[in-house]
Amino acid sequence: MNLWPLLAIAVLVVGFAAGLNPLLVILVTAFTAGLAAGITPLRVLAALGHAFNATRYVSLIWLILPVIGLLEHEGLRERARTLIGRLRTATAGRIILGYLALRQFTAALGLTSLGGPAQMVRPIVAPMAEGAAESRFGRLSERMRHLVRAYAASADNVGAFFGEDIFIAISSILLIKGFLAQSGYDIAPFRLSMWAIPTALLAFLIHGVRLWHLDAKLKRLARGEPP
Amino acid sequence: MIGLHDVYGLAGTMFGAFALLSVRDRSNPRRFGNGAFWALLAVSFLFGSQLGDTANGVLVVALIALGGTGALGRGSTERRSAAERAQRAARRGNALLVPALLIPLIAVLGTFTLGHIEVGGAPLADPDNVTLIALAVGILAALLVALWQAKAPPAAALEEGRRLADMIGWALILPQLLAALGAVFALAGVGATVGHLATTWLPLGHPFAAVLVYCVGMALFTTVMGNAFAAFPVMTAAVGVPLIVQRFGGDPAIMGAIGMLSGFCGTLVTPMAANFNIVPAVLLELPDRNAVIKVQVPTALVLLACNVILMYGLVYRF
Repeated sequence: MNLWPLLAIAVLVVGFAAGLNPLLVILVTAFTAGLAAGITPLRVLAALGHAFNATRYVSLIWLILPVIGLLEHEGLRERARTLIGRLRTATAGRIILGYLALRQFTAALGLTSLGGPAQMVRPIVAPMAEGAAESRFGRLSERMRHLVRAYAASADNVGAFFGEDIFIAISSILLIKGFLAQSGYDIAPFRLSMWAIPTALLAFLIHGVRLWHLDAKLKRLARGEPP
Repeated sequence: MIGLHDVYGLAGTMFGAFALLSVRDRSNPRRFGNGAFWALLAVSFLFGSQLGDTANGVLVVALIALGGTGALGRGSTERRSAAERAQRAARRGNALLVPALLIPLIAVLGTFTLGHIEVGGAPLADPDNVTLIALAVGILAALLVALWQAKAPPAAALEEGRRLADMIGWALILPQLLAALGAVFALAGVGATVGHLATTWLPLGHPFAAVLVYCVGMALFTTVMGNAFAAFPVMTAAVGVPLIVQRFGGDPAIMGAIGMLSGFCGTLVTPMAANFNIVPAVLLELPDRNAVIKVQVPTALVLLACNVILMYGLVYRF
């Protein structure tokens, strides 16, 4: 077996780890993989072009930029912040925990498009969590602000990943079903969804506990202690 | 019938407008670099399907050459101060939130309805791509409402969108480019090689060892490829089906479900899954590109360990 294509993985890992520009790392990795597999440079170029064209749908989310830009210009993030600042019981950790629950529950119903970093986290969830932290700690240090934002983005991912597989018609369930059918095992999507539930509950529990501790972490940072 | 082609046309037009507006932004010292970058992306969206593979390849290399060498810059950021925005927000109240919430609402409603509405015997929207089409419809509807509320011309929205796009910069094409890299990996047989190595070198004689290698392999492989969908066929063909199911008599449904979720633990920790991990960091203006990954690592590791135990406890029992 030709092991040289593995060199591409080494190039990728070293390139990313060295902090080089990811676009350049990807280009070099693609040509390394292709050449190592004995594909001519011109065919690698064509394969890359073909794949880039075929995956344009990945970038369609950016259609959202004009409307989000306009709403932010009108003060959307400031509004989300003041809305939450009024609620006494709201804390950054609890708001993000609530969003995690909502995101995971709706993803389990197949509503994965209800969230997302550009649609929900940047304009609404992160400002709300920051607003709650501000009403509790006053002015936030850069480190506190960045921590709140990173946790808000993480809740969006964890909720979506470990909720969506409970929905029977999601693409990952269909992929599992299709692949196992090719191997000779015909399985109802419902059984796959059912067995996704234990992991989903554990994901909520684990990330939920960490979000519960976020407020204590912020408190330590506000006092100038390590988190 | 509304198809993906029409949505691409919309995106191409938007990027074309960004190109023109970028060139006019005199506060950006590298405005021509930004202009060229958005113009190339506009060409890809408008004419990509007519260009042919090699021309598209050249286009990709040109985008990388611009984005990878620091040819893009940023202009002055927000024109309104935070205090001014807060004042406007206070005047407008919660009506401001309406368009933002309209996007997911219409995207979801459209996903379930657009494919079933028929006009003259043909469906209104291509049923295969109805989610993306519904998202575009939701965005357009929200844009109209937001423009009406703000009494702003459409050009104002494009200018704000351009400002955000210039802030994101080259990272905007990163998710698409990584998806394309996955296709090149598949062509070069990178996945098959990893699967081959995993099965020849690792001790797999015990039912627990098979589960451990399968779950951890799914996570590691996903970390490298950035996508659990690429890892699943390779690991399942190499370890899952022949060992867990056939040799040790495990249940294929439990193996598949928990195996895929083990892969998702890998997605949480890899910069290769740029649209989930890097794009949010850029959108939230975090100086550390890996800040989101860093808060996800502990959850991913604990959950992966749980998955191994869960699968071992369940897969040989049902």
